[in-house]
Amino acid sequence: MNGYSSTAEKQPPREVGNGRSRSLVSGILFGIGCIAFVDEVVFHQLLHWHHFYDKSTTAAGLVSDGLLHAFSWFASVASLFLLADLRRKRAWIRSRWVGGILLGAGFFQLYDGIVHHKLMQLHQIRYGVEISVYDWTWNIAGALLLVAGIAMIVRTGGEKSETREQETMRAE
Amino acid sequence: MQNSRSFVDAHAGHGHGSDTPTIGPVYHAADGLGDWISLALLALPLMLAYAALAYWTSKRYRRWPASRSLSGCAGILLCASAVAGPLAQAAHSSFTAHMLGHLLLGMLGPLLLVYAAPVTLLFRALPRRAARFLTRLLRSRFAAAISHPVTAASLNVGGLWLLYTTDLYAAMHASVALHVLIHVHVFAAGYLFTSSILPVDPSPHRTGMKLRGCVMILSFAAHGILGKTLYAFPPAGTDIQDARQGAQLMYYGGDGVDLLLILLFCYRWYRSENGKPGIHR
Repeated sequence: MNGYSSTAEKQPPREVGNGRSRSLVSGILFGIGCIAFVDEVVFHQLLHWHHFYDKSTTAAGLVSDGLLHAFSWFASVASLFLLADLRRKRAWIRSRWVGGILLGAGFFQLYDGIVHHKLMQLHQIRYGVEISVYDWTWNIAGALLLVAGIAMIVRTGGEKSETREQETMRAE
Repeated sequence: MQNSRSFVDAHAGHGHGSDTPTIGPVYHAADGLGDWISLALLALPLMLAYAALAYWTSKRYRRWPASRSLSGCAGILLCASAVAGPLAQAAHSSFTAHMLGHLLLGMLGPLLLVYAAPVTLLFRALPRRAARFLTRLLRSRFAAAISHPVTAASLNVGGLWLLYTTDLYAAMHASVALHVLIHVHVFAAGYLFTSSILPVDPSPHRTGMKLRGCVMILSFAAHGILGKTLYAFPPAGTDIQDARQGAQLMYYGGDGVDLLLILLFCYRWYRSENGKPGIHR
């Protein structure tokens, strides 16, 4: 009947993986990768508000920034391969994926805005201006993204898996 | 071993037709031809050797893929250009040129060479007894220790931190032996790291994908952090503008090669998932 289910039964569910959680993970990784890319392009390269290095940067700030940069670089690529695999296996759930993107982007934005800019004083959003307006805009935008992501994931989390599509999958 | 010998040759060869010292702060454009000759003397024999093995073993075994040969020759050329020729010469006085050399010799060159599967090619070419010896060597505890991702990454990025944040970089320009040793290390550690993250050749001590992924991300981070650190604190004896340019090249150039490595790493995962059972929603 189905080539998948016969082999899947032999495997423990943990190893087989779950389309719901994988769609979410792929979305979160893609969200982190996207917002990091936007940060680099818009604030570093186009506006020149951010700099390669600021004198105020501490060692801890440099390490945190370096780890986040390397991780987001990896995340943007890995998330798309994960997405390709989900689509290949017909297990992609778009709403979970989009929710994941919002969650990942919101988390990154808030972490950058609160931990990097304020706690670690890594660098500021812009120099030579009253900074609090920028900080509030930055962090509220991040919080909105985060809340929207969580709402979307919670809304889709309670749903039963989309049975009609599962049936077509089984029929194949 | 062959590398270090060729490196010395390259320096000796450079003396022909020029009366300036080979190692010095000033780079003369007139040295150009000699530089290109020394690069050719180093790269061509190695490229020919690889191509000859590929051609010769294809008669007895399955045809050696042209993509591997192309990758091997490109890798040899890039690595060689970091230790001989115009770029290597410019690196004596310019930190930026030195950093470009590092990207080629320690990152992009090794990546291309890893993809060229030189050990597999060697297995096809070696007589049975020598092949058995090579197998035993690869299976040894020593090989397991140095090819482990954590060891390889520490040797690779740790070596760079040591080189640029201590007086080693200045000392390197004063001693030919140290210069050779450091360049051999940069290449060997770069190759070891890349092959431990992206095993193409037979690797009896292969580690799990999660460990390799984590080590890869941490190494990229350490490389980027070093780039920014060098921007702030240039190595002793370098011009500040030159050092800043070199540090940014290290950071963004590193990102470029990292992206290539990440793509290949993820693609291999994607391919390996193909035969696995489907996943439930």
